[in-house]
Amino acid sequence: MNSLTHDAADGLAAGAVPVARRWQRATEEPRWLRWTLIGIAVAFLATFLLLPLTVVLYSAFERGLAVWWQALNDADARSAIRLTLLVVVIVVPLNVIFGVAAAWAIAKFDFRGKPILISLIDMPFAISPVVVGLIFVILFGAHGWLGPWLAEHDLKVIFAVPGIVIVSVFGTLPFVARELIPLMQQQGKEEEEASLTLGASGWQTFWRVTLPNIKWGLIYGVILCNARAMGEFGAVAVVSGRIRGETNTMPLHIEVLYNEYMFTAAFAVASLMTGLALLTIAIKTLIEWQDERRRHGAH
Amino acid sequence: MSIEIQQINKRFGDFVAVDNVSLSIEDGQLTALLGPSGSGKTSLLRIIAGLEAADSGRILLHGEDSTDRHVSERGVGFVFQHYALFRHMTVFDNVAYGLTVKPRAVRPDKATIRKKVMSLLELVQLDWTAARYPSQLSGGQRQRIALARALAVEPKVLLLDEPFGALDAKVRAELRRWLRRLHDEIYVTSVFVTHDQEEAMEVSDRVVVMNRGRVEQDGSPEQVYDHPANPFVYQFLGSVNRFPARIHQGVAEVAGMVLPLAQPGDHSEQGQLYVRPHELDLFAEATPNSLRAQLELVTVVGPTVRLELRQQGSDEVIHAELPKYRFRELGLVQGEQAWLRPHGARVFSEQLG
Repeated sequence: MNSLTHDAADGLAAGAVPVARRWQRATEEPRWLRWTLIGIAVAFLATFLLLPLTVVLYSAFERGLAVWWQALNDADARSAIRLTLLVVVIVVPLNVIFGVAAAWAIAKFDFRGKPILISLIDMPFAISPVVVGLIFVILFGAHGWLGPWLAEHDLKVIFAVPGIVIVSVFGTLPFVARELIPLMQQQGKEEEEASLTLGASGWQTFWRVTLPNIKWGLIYGVILCNARAMGEFGAVAVVSGRIRGETNTMPLHIEVLYNEYMFTAAFAVASLMTGLALLTIAIKTLIEWQDERRRHGAH
Repeated sequence: MSIEIQQINKRFGDFVAVDNVSLSIEDGQLTALLGPSGSGKTSLLRIIAGLEAADSGRILLHGEDSTDRHVSERGVGFVFQHYALFRHMTVFDNVAYGLTVKPRAVRPDKATIRKKVMSLLELVQLDWTAARYPSQLSGGQRQRIALARALAVEPKVLLLDEPFGALDAKVRAELRRWLRRLHDEIYVTSVFVTHDQEEAMEVSDRVVVMNRGRVEQDGSPEQVYDHPANPFVYQFLGSVNRFPARIHQGVAEVAGMVLPLAQPGDHSEQGQLYVRPHELDLFAEATPNSLRAQLELVTVVGPTVRLELRQQGSDEVIHAELPKYRFRELGLVQGEQAWLRPHGARVFSEQLG
């Protein structure tokens, strides 16, 4: 198959060069316009993406690797890293389950109140993170609605890890569902129906037909969800109480360090967060690339 | 009986999709459900498959009540208009799917699956596409793969929902002839839905004409075409001319013509005479007991000539159709007068029309 396409493409290219050039001139934009557009895009990327990234890495390693390592190996920093990873490990799977279930319900079934559900999923994007934090303080705080009941049962939500997890779940709620809803709506339910008529159970249909079809949307949603869960600041700052070594996540820890004029340490932790973000992007690219190769290797 | 449909009803909100339909479909028959969009034909097919639940009524498959059986346990093959192939699987895996999802106890081993899939791909003449993905195939090829996939689980009945609807005219014509031959070869009871009367006539053993959720007529293609039960069927199965008529004592009076009727009607009844374009005899000279009209337009479509005529003082265009050689013999000229007389027609009383 591959060789055939290549041969055909070569033949076409060899025979059609003059025609192609003429056609290009007629349909292409003028040179100055192309260069202006490319220039704007590159300048924008450089200013808003590459420059900050460079600053973070430069500031982090300014005083050498040893200082960088020391900043990360500090007890409070280690605790913040551990807490952030714990939050991610809890929040991402929860949102995957919720996102797939919600997208499935919205895309494949008709029920009353569907538009309301879709709007509700978007709500966390619309509300300011600080307000989100306050909502949960009012709900679970010592003087909040559920506060006395929680105190009676010796449960701590606010100024503790459960509170951080809850606001992170809330803040990242839309990511997976939002990625999947349009994808699943566009794909329709015919493939699932075909699977059922062929004798597959609902569970088999989900694992063998639905999931592979939404795989890319899901991975993308997970990456966004993961990035947000790690970076969530406002809401977490309100509910965590910022207890050093206990309820400080990485972003909170960075702020603490920064406020104490420990710039190198702040940037060291920041560089670690940036590194984690770059790693997730690298993993996504790798999976994409392998899938591409598997497809083309098949014939 | 392979499929027994008993008093099926289905509503979507206020819309009545299927209105108390009962049908029996015999073993090995290829039946067409024919009707305009919204006539309930697809709903009925999906109810037979179990993809849709009927509000009331029962479905029996091979004598067994399947009304409450889940679609995955009914043993039906279903072919979708837009193929519904699994896009992330190769053609081979698509066809093998129904076998690989069987419970382990009854699942064939890998070698058996492989043999079966390859023989099905040979049956649909696409064994060379086994390693490809659906996106690399043409529409016609995809639909043949979808058919092979449905046949892999050896369904008791095969249901096809507008199987050729998404294909272009030439491929469609080829594929339906191919389906007819395939059906004669494998002989599985099949029901297919179409809104194309030509397709229904060409492919099926039996045509069920549906309209507004009801069965209008049910019979062989020839019966349905030659003896339409009512004006709807008459109009749906091809173009038709209508003339107001008065019926009495076994004859119909149409614009001064007196035509004998095959079926004696009631006395002095007002009705409509339905005549197909090819059921009109034409003359270039005045002929007794005929209708005079002006020949307004002559269109040659391959070997056939289509004529548009108009009676003096009338807005209604009369359509006629005849072979080219016959048109030449008659010496009809566009813009001149012509005389016409129906040699086949049906009368429906006013209430029905």
